[in-house]
Amino acid sequence: MLYVVIIFLWTAILLYLLMGGADFGAGIIELFTSEKNLSRTRKTMYRAIGPIWEANHMWLIITIVILFVGFPDIYTTMSVHLHIPLTIMLIGIIARGTAFTFRHYDAVVDDMQHIYNKIFVYSSFITPLFLGIIAASAVSGKINPAATTFLEAYIFSWLNWFSVSVGFFTVTICGFLAAVYIIGETESDLEKHRFMRKARFMNIAAFICGALVFIAAYFEGIPLIEWVFGNTVGIIAIAAATVSLVVFWYLQKKGKTRILRILAGFQVSMILLTTSYRHFPNIVILKNGGYLSLMEHRGHDKTIEALGMALLIGSVFILPALVYLIYSFQKKASDNIMH
Amino acid sequence: MDDFIAARSQMALSLGFHIIFSCIGMVMPFFMAVAHYYWLKTGNIIYKNITKAWSKGVAIFFATGAVSGTVLSFELGLLWPGFMKHAGPIFGMPFSLEGTAFFIEAIALGFFLYGWDRFNRWFHWVTGVIVGVSGLLSGILVVAANAWMNSPAGFDYVNGQYLNIDPIAAMFNDAWFSQALHMSIAAFAATGFAVAGIHALMILRGSNIIFHSKSFKIAAIFGTVAAVLQPLSGDISAKDVAQRQPAKLAAMEAHYKTEKSASLVIGGIPDDKNQRVNYAVKIPGALSYLAHGDFESEVTGLDKTPKENQPPVAITHYAFQIMVGMGMIMMLISVIYFIGIWKQKKWLGTKWLLKLFVAATPIGFIAVEAGWTVTEVGRQPWIINGVMRTADAVTPMPGIVYSFYLFTAMYVSLSIIVVFMLYRQIKMVGKLYDNTH
Ligand code: HDD
Ligand code: HEM
Ligand code: HEM
Repeated sequence: MLYVVIIFLWTAILLYLLMGGADFGAGIIELFTSEKNLSRTRKTMYRAIGPIWEANHMWLIITIVILFVGFPDIYTTMSVHLHIPLTIMLIGIIARGTAFTFRHYDAVVDDMQHIYNKIFVYSSFITPLFLGIIAASAVSGKINPAATTFLEAYIFSWLNWFSVSVGFFTVTICGFLAAVYIIGETESDLEKHRFMRKARFMNIAAFICGALVFIAAYFEGIPLIEWVFGNTVGIIAIAAATVSLVVFWYLQKKGKTRILRILAGFQVSMILLTTSYRHFPNIVILKNGGYLSLMEHRGHDKTIEALGMALLIGSVFILPALVYLIYSFQKKASDNIMH
Repeated sequence: MDDFIAARSQMALSLGFHIIFSCIGMVMPFFMAVAHYYWLKTGNIIYKNITKAWSKGVAIFFATGAVSGTVLSFELGLLWPGFMKHAGPIFGMPFSLEGTAFFIEAIALGFFLYGWDRFNRWFHWVTGVIVGVSGLLSGILVVAANAWMNSPAGFDYVNGQYLNIDPIAAMFNDAWFSQALHMSIAAFAATGFAVAGIHALMILRGSNIIFHSKSFKIAAIFGTVAAVLQPLSGDISAKDVAQRQPAKLAAMEAHYKTEKSASLVIGGIPDDKNQRVNYAVKIPGALSYLAHGDFESEVTGLDKTPKENQPPVAITHYAFQIMVGMGMIMMLISVIYFIGIWKQKKWLGTKWLLKLFVAATPIGFIAVEAGWTVTEVGRQPWIINGVMRTADAVTPMPGIVYSFYLFTAMYVSLSIIVVFMLYRQIKMVGKLYDNTH
């Protein structure tokens, strides 16, 4: 049952990265859109993400619940030492979620829209930035439970070049996912080309940030290269991602939107797989070289048993409904385009 | 303000904020389902407009409820790591099921909000009902988790170790039923009165009368029925508290000395030093009856609890008085409304009845906040009743005060925006939703 729980945990993180990420990306793209295209971009994006908007963010809650029920030591260690980035991320989540809803549901359209937009766009940037920082800090070996000063215990645990560059990398990935996703939702060729340009831009940005991550890891003394390339799974995953990237650029010219989406999702999954595989089952690495492991630092057997059952039962209800939701709105959207 | 107080205040603030949105998120879908049903049955366009107008409001509240809930699930760890480390695996069961319920709610909401004219009409209606049912279910589950803090079960506490954990037994602890029942009814009462009050105000203003009268009626019926049931369920809760947390009951009643045939203390100012209540109305024997169903029975006072384990009396007592007071007022209004429906039809259109409802707009929510204050403050100094102290659970990180200020600023501005948006929604009803004139 432990493995069931771990698979759910990993899947929830992946789906949050993919779906929540595309969602954050929509705001990031807005940030990089010129004034004159802004309202059209916004319309297209809203139509694409509106219906599944709430559901996208449920993955984060599932992740947190699995952590605090199943792996309380991991949850509390991260909560204590990454308190500050978590708080900033939470503020980002509040600001973003409410601004998104407000701008759509405000009955009067006036200058307030401008404020909602600003909040939405900036929080769409900050939230994934800090999500990336938090994830990177967990494995960066900077968390020090024995720290004696405030700075060491609560600041340097997350404020370092490696974590910050992973944060930016996360932002670019989100932007990339969103651009690719929206290509398939556009209604005109002009729009389509605009979003393809955005996807290319984000792809290059991701590449640069990815390189920065490696450089930062080198200076922080984190053996990232060894983690990624030091095992077969890592190498295969990276190779697959690279191949898919080539295919991606090739297909992009042909405008096969459905496959592009799958490829983009595939690349991101491979990145997550590479980075998590090497660590498995240790998901928090401490300064003293110790680990918090999904195997050893888990809740009692009965808890894991019950949690696994709850997740299995839950997914019997959730997955078909979610798939049907996405399917119906995709179908309706393409019907609309046909007419 | 020290960090411990700051952490408690931040938790209280976040929960106090979230509860308003979650009550509305639990209950409004049912109001909408009724309006929606009338629209599908009668084809009267007003009902469709009511459903749509309400669904806009619900979307705003739902999003705010969802983000504030997300914040809470992090705050449990950010503020109370000592608690979550041990409690997470024990009381986590309802949270994992709640995750499912939320998820279903979010999916159903997607169908409902975006599904107008896209799906079969009854399928669409059912998705609305599912939003309500799963919302209610998640409310019940999360309250079961809170009930566990009041009435820990499903583990053995031996020498500081938590052994023989049984998450299912923890979920079905002694307090879950009475709390979940009371909370669910409270959500209907509070939301019903709030919504009815707003529509009553609009009727008095004379705008879009048909629209607002029909909306008023749906909300008022839900609210009043719940308000009449609420004291009954409150009585069940009180008897339950008397069993499992005598110190909390004593603090609620400012009942300092253990005695037989104890009197019910109404109002008054608790005086901790002299162990008595000044200026209170006392009804002899009534407390014994309320707590144990027998006028003669003995009711445990605060004197049976060591000083360092006593909850703050004044706050708990005042909060309890406020809740019960509001409950009585709501029940009275409900009875008047029922007489109006059954016997005195002419009352229904009168200004004074509407004004009564307008005046009662916030009181359900005041009662909800007060009730939670009773439950949570009355449990102090324990975070897990009798097992772990709140002070031992708090995060070691200094500077929580700033985090508290930050969240306060955030929640205050959010509340202002939500009220502002709601005001705009209501102001636009004539333009957007009412095509009868
Ligand atoms: C509309 C709101 C509302 C109204 C009118 C009442 N209550 Fe209440 N009460 C709540 C809303 C609430 C609540 C906010 O929902 C609480 C907090 C925890 C809970 O389960 O329900 C609560 C808690 C609560 C508790 C503590 C339960 C515990 O700690 O487990 C008691 C003993 C009562 N109530 C009793 C009453 C009585 C005797 C009422 C008589 C009129 C009453 N309540 C009206
Ligand atoms: C939404 C309704 C709720 C409200 C308004 C509420 C209110 C409060 C208040 C006022 C406090 C501060 C008490 C004090 O420090 O004196 C508090 C503390 C706390 N509550 Fe609640 N509560 C609610 C529900 C819950 C639920 C459902 C849970 C968990 C399952 C919970 C967990 C906690 C925790 C962990 C604390 C901090 C420790 C403590 O003070 O005991 N609360 N809450
Ligand atoms: C008695 C107190 C509580 C009640 C009755 C309650 C009920 C609800 C309801 C009905 C919703 C759905 C949102 C809506 O429809 O507006 C919701 C959202 C949420 N609540 Fe609470 N809740 C309570 C306390 C808590 C606590 C203590 C936590 C965290 C530990 C929490 C976590 C969440 C989360 C994560 C969401 C967002 C899920 C979504 O998107 O629907 N809630 N809550």
